[in-house]
Amino acid sequence: MTLLIGSLTIGLILSLLAFGILISFRVVAFDDLTVDGSFTLGGATAAMLIASGAHPLLATLCGALAGATAGAVTATLHTRFGINRLLAGILVMTALYSVNLRVMGKSNIPLDSPHTLMRWTDRLNEILFGSRTVLHFGGWEAAPRDVCGLLLVTLLAVGFGLVLFAFFRTNVGLAMQAIGDNSRMIRALGVNVEWMMIVALFLSNFLIGLAGALLVQYQGFADVQMGIGMLVWGVASVILGESMVGTRKIGFLITGAVMGSVLFRLLVALALRWGLNPNDLKLITAAFVFAALVLPRWVTRGSRLVRRERHA
Amino acid sequence: MLEISDVRKTFHPGTPNEVRALRGVSLSLERGSFVCVIGTNGSGKSTLLNAIAGAFLPDSGRIELDGIEITRWPEHRRAKLIGRVFQDPFSGTAPSMTIAENLALAMRRGQRRGLGWALTPHHRGTLRGRVASMGLNLEDRLNNPIGTLSGGQRQSLTLLMAGLLKPSLLLLDEHTAALDPKSADQVIRLTQELVNRDRLTTLMVTHSMQQAAFLGDRLIMMDRGQIAFDISGQAKRRLRPEDLLSRFEELRRANQLDESAAEMLRAQYV
Repeated sequence: MTLLIGSLTIGLILSLLAFGILISFRVVAFDDLTVDGSFTLGGATAAMLIASGAHPLLATLCGALAGATAGAVTATLHTRFGINRLLAGILVMTALYSVNLRVMGKSNIPLDSPHTLMRWTDRLNEILFGSRTVLHFGGWEAAPRDVCGLLLVTLLAVGFGLVLFAFFRTNVGLAMQAIGDNSRMIRALGVNVEWMMIVALFLSNFLIGLAGALLVQYQGFADVQMGIGMLVWGVASVILGESMVGTRKIGFLITGAVMGSVLFRLLVALALRWGLNPNDLKLITAAFVFAALVLPRWVTRGSRLVRRERHA
Repeated sequence: MLEISDVRKTFHPGTPNEVRALRGVSLSLERGSFVCVIGTNGSGKSTLLNAIAGAFLPDSGRIELDGIEITRWPEHRRAKLIGRVFQDPFSGTAPSMTIAENLALAMRRGQRRGLGWALTPHHRGTLRGRVASMGLNLEDRLNNPIGTLSGGQRQSLTLLMAGLLKPSLLLLDEHTAALDPKSADQVIRLTQELVNRDRLTTLMVTHSMQQAAFLGDRLIMMDRGQIAFDISGQAKRRLRPEDLLSRFEELRRANQLDESAAEMLRAQYV
C-alpha cells in the first residue's frame, strides 16, 4: 500500500513534467531537450533557497521560474540566433549541469520536511486524522501522512490540468496551438511565431521546474543527477496517455498526460518490486518509448495486411 | 491605397543561383480595385505578392499601404492590414484544429491576443452565420477538425478567414491552381462575393486566362521581374483570353524563347 501511494504521489508530481513536455513536444512541436537540465534547476533552486531559510512556497515558485528562464533561453537560441532546435536544447541542458552545481554548492542537499511544503501535508494530517497512526482501507493499511500527501498532489495536478485546459481556450492559447499545427498560417494571421515559441517554452519549463521543485521536497533531498532521463520519462508519459485517450483534442491530451504519468510510475514501481535492477531502469524506459513510437505503426500495417488478404 | 515604388529583389546574390526576381516594380492600386496578375513561371508575380505580404524584405524600393510605410515591417505585423490566401489549400488552415477554432484565430488577425476566451457562444453564433452564408453546408460541422475537409472546402474557409476582419488589402496567390475545376469555380464565386460585398482592394495572381480576362477591373502581366502590360478600364473589359494569349506570344517573340518553351506555355495556359 505504501508502495502504491508513493507511486501515485510521485506520478502526480511528475504529471506537471508531462504537462510541460506536452506543451513543447505536442502543442508547439518543438523538440525541447532542456528538460533534464531545467527539471534539476527547479529542484536545485528550491532546495538551495529552503536550505538557506526561505519560505518553501517562495522557494518552489523561484524553482519554477528558474526552469522557465532556461526554457526561454533555449527558445531564444533557436529563434534569435538560428541554432538548430535540438542543439539549442542540448547546449542549455549541458550548461545547466554546471549552473545547477553552482546553485547547490555541492552535489546533494538534504531537506527537513518541516521546512518544506511537506509541512502542509502534516497540517492536513492533523486536521483530517488527528492522532491516528494508521488507516485501513478494506484490509489495506496506509500511513495517514502519505494519504494526505497524495490528496494534496492530486489537487495540484487536477488544478494545473484545469488551468492549462482553460489557457488553451483563450485567444493566446489557441494561437499557441496553431504554431505547432501550421506556423505559416498563424504568421499570416499576425502572430509573432518566434515570440510565441519563447512564451511556450517558458511555460513548458515553468511546469517542469515546478515538478523538480516539488519532487525534491517530497523525497527530502536535491541531487544534481536527478534530472537525467526526465525528458524520456515525460515523453513516455505523454505517449502512454495519448494511446489511452486516443484523440488529439487538447482536453484529452491533458487528461492523458496525468494518466500516463501515474500509470508509468506504477509500472516502474511494479517492475522494481519484481526485481528489476534499478540501474537498468533508464534502458527499459528508453526501450519502452521506442516500442510505444514504433508499435502503433506496425499494428496498423499489420491490420492493413490482414485486410488485404481478406480481400484477395 | 497600395503604393509600390521601384521594388527590387535579388535572391542568392553573387552565386551561380542568382535570381533577379523583381527588377524595379512600381504599382499603384486604388481603393476597392480588383487587380489580376498574370505572367509566366519565374516572371516574379508570386514574388511581388510575397514582397507585399512581407515574406522577405526587398533590397530597395518602398511599399506603402493605407498611407503607412510598411517596407521594413515583419510579416506578422503586416497581417493587421493584409488578408492572404495561398496556392496550397493546406497552407491556410490549421488541420488538427476545428473549423470554429480556425475562424476564431482569424477573428483576431493582427490584433493583440490576450487571455480572453477565444470562442464565446456569441462568437460561435456570428461565425456560424458567416459559414452558412458561403452555402457549403459546413455550418453544422464547426466542431470538426479542418483536416477532415476537402481541399476546396479548406480553401473556401481560408478565403472566409482572410476576409473575416475586413482587410485593407486581400492577396490571393493562385488560390485555385491546386483545386479541381468544380472546386476552383466555387472558390472563384466565393471570391467575387467576398470582394463585392466588402469592396475589398484585391490583388490576385492567377494561372487561368479565363479568370484573368473575366475577373477584376484591371490586369497586370509580369515578365522577367517587371510589369510588361497594365490594362484597365474599357480595354480590360473588352479583353478576351485569346488576347492574353497573343500578348504572351508577343512577349515570347520579344524574349526569343525557343519553341519548346512556347509549347510548354501553351500546354499550361490553353
